[in-house]
Amino acid sequence: MNIVVCVKQVPDTATERKLRSDDKTLDRDAADGVINELCEYAVEEALLLKEAHGGEVTVLTMGPSKATDTIRKALAMGADKAVHLVDDALHGSDALSTSYAMAQTLKTIGFDVVILGSESTDARTGLLAAMLAERLGVPQLTQANKVDIDGTAIAIQRLTDYGHDKVEASLPAVVSVVEKINEPRYPSFKGIMAAKKKPVQTLGIAEAGIDASQVGLAGAWSEVVDFAAAPPRAAGTIVTDQGDGGTGAAEFLASKKFI
Amino acid sequence: MDDLLRIDDQLSDEQRLIRDTVKEFVADRILPDVADWFEEATFPVKELAPALGELGVLGMHLEGYGCAGLDAVSYGVACRELEAGDSGLRSFVSVQGSLAMFPIWKYGTDEQKEEWLPRMAAGDAIGCFGLTEPDHGSDPGGMRTHAKRDPSGDWILNGSKMWITNGSIADVAVVWAQTDEGVRGFVVPTDTPGFTAPEIHRKMSLRASVTSSLYFDDVRLPASAVLPGVKGLKGPLSCLSEARFGILWGVVGAARACLESAVDYSTSRTQFGKPIGAFQLTQEKLAWMAVGLGQSHLTALHLGQLKDAGTITPRQISFGKLANVRAALDIARQARSILGGNGITLEYPVIRHMNNLESVLTYEGTQEIHTLVLGEALTGLAAYR
Ligand SMILES: Cc1cc2nc3c(=O)[nH]c(=O)nc-3n(C[C@H](O)[C@H](O)[C@H](O)COP(=O)(O)OP(=O)(O)OC[C@H]3O[C@@H](n4cnc5c(N)ncnc54)[C@H](O)[C@@H]3O)c2cc1C
Repeated sequence: MNIVVCVKQVPDTATERKLRSDDKTLDRDAADGVINELCEYAVEEALLLKEAHGGEVTVLTMGPSKATDTIRKALAMGADKAVHLVDDALHGSDALSTSYAMAQTLKTIGFDVVILGSESTDARTGLLAAMLAERLGVPQLTQANKVDIDGTAIAIQRLTDYGHDKVEASLPAVVSVVEKINEPRYPSFKGIMAAKKKPVQTLGIAEAGIDASQVGLAGAWSEVVDFAAAPPRAAGTIVTDQGDGGTGAAEFLASKKFI
Repeated sequence: MDDLLRIDDQLSDEQRLIRDTVKEFVADRILPDVADWFEEATFPVKELAPALGELGVLGMHLEGYGCAGLDAVSYGVACRELEAGDSGLRSFVSVQGSLAMFPIWKYGTDEQKEEWLPRMAAGDAIGCFGLTEPDHGSDPGGMRTHAKRDPSGDWILNGSKMWITNGSIADVAVVWAQTDEGVRGFVVPTDTPGFTAPEIHRKMSLRASVTSSLYFDDVRLPASAVLPGVKGLKGPLSCLSEARFGILWGVVGAARACLESAVDYSTSRTQFGKPIGAFQLTQEKLAWMAVGLGQSHLTALHLGQLKDAGTITPRQISFGKLANVRAALDIARQARSILGGNGITLEYPVIRHMNNLESVLTYEGTQEIHTLVLGEALTGLAAYR
């Protein structure tokens, strides 16, 4: 089985994240890049599927050249090879143009199943899985907390407020996963050493069959018009209990229209 | 906290990934519970050993037999991140990899290697290293433990060892004993009749680490139990050089954890209307802690590069062990003072590191012994006896 797992590098959530003042895109140089947390679950699921069904796991990353750190981590966890889509023309792509670029690349490299995290910690749109499936003309099985594959049949379970959904389709398909699905492994030291020798193919937009006018800032359908820092949190109200604390708390809640 | 000297920029991509992996493991699996282990004086070996094995930490710098074969700087960086968790964790790893696996790997027969190394690398078998005795610490050459051949060719081992890390939890002990041919190393399965290893209690340091005595009462070992590759004290001393290299990196991690804790505390704790970090006295402490940390870190990196180049000498390792443990202990004590009353509780990592470092100062050659090594290196005059 040809398993492709999409992995994104995002700014470390532990550091302050910034937008650039010039083109209002994310400032990727201002913070250390780390693997998007949900992508680790996607890699783990891809490796589990490979361990159960055989085949090969390919990492697909679209991102600047420093995203190689993230690719290396996925390879060290056990993926077999990687494709890095990197091109200055991609800078500023929105969700729609990203899905176009990724879909074109997936068509170029081929796949039986595409696995990705259900959202990234930087943009948090959660749109990519659905957009990819649509562009590729294959079924989408989103927000999976369990994946089963039997021959060409694929089924996932999705937790909901009322229980769980069971979604079935046939391969090829796109699957997005949530963190309940598994416990990602640490890259082992042997895996880290082995990753050095694994093939990483670098593709520019031309090689991936991507039309430059449909990607990047110019090709984006959405635009960041303006942004401002969130206002600092105002000081809270402290109700000191001098026998009338309950009344004080109730008055406060009423003033905020909570009760 | 920023690394002022950006020393990690010198690391390769793989070394950085090793750092991040161990750091993540320590954050997930060690830091949440280590204060409890310290308080209860336990090391949860059953859970941790297989996990460390899976990661590839055990015997990480050895080649073959399921080991990762890392370069020296990677080994050092891994020790640094382990000891940023707790010196007991790093001690477990040092003893397993450098003191128990290393002599088998370097001096053992193929059968000994096949029997023990893969299981030890996986964390399925635990090793310990018995050199120190109740009456012979800094001067191991005077050891009384001895092995005699009986007519059948078997070895009969008698004597005792003390302060043996992992002793009571070990499946195999590498024991150094006097023989008619001088000091020899023996691979002793701990279930051999006559072998006992009671735990040493009431320690106030390295509490999240098992320390034991070993007793050998007519322990009968086959001829194949001896390590054929080495005779004399250079056998155990070569193992100590490996482990000391891990220590001189490890303590950089403990010191960093203390400085981080102190910086954090000094910017959030307010007295006399300002954060205590705004007082010049506190800043002077923090500045010197950062200087000590940076210098010991540079020493570690330099020695790592020498080890990778294959030119490192025992004297250079003594330099690093002496300088870096001393620096770490000073940093821990300063951090403790900055945390005030909170500095004495296990709610913060500082006193745990500080107490641990007292053991690290003593084991693997006391600071006095390493001072004498440097004194001899400078003057050509040995002052040990
Ligand atoms: C927690 C812990 C774990 C340990 N784990 C192990 C282990 O796994 N395996 C193992 O074999 N050993 C282990 N040790 C033992 C350790 O290596 C010894 O404690 C150390 O070598 C010192 O020996 P000693 O305690 O007998 O002190 P001593 O040698 O009696 O020294 C006492 C003091 O005298 C000083 N001194 C001694 N000789 C001189 C001299 N010539 N000049 C000046 N000063 C001198 C010392 O520096 C020290 O300050 C461990 C110790 C501890 C505390």
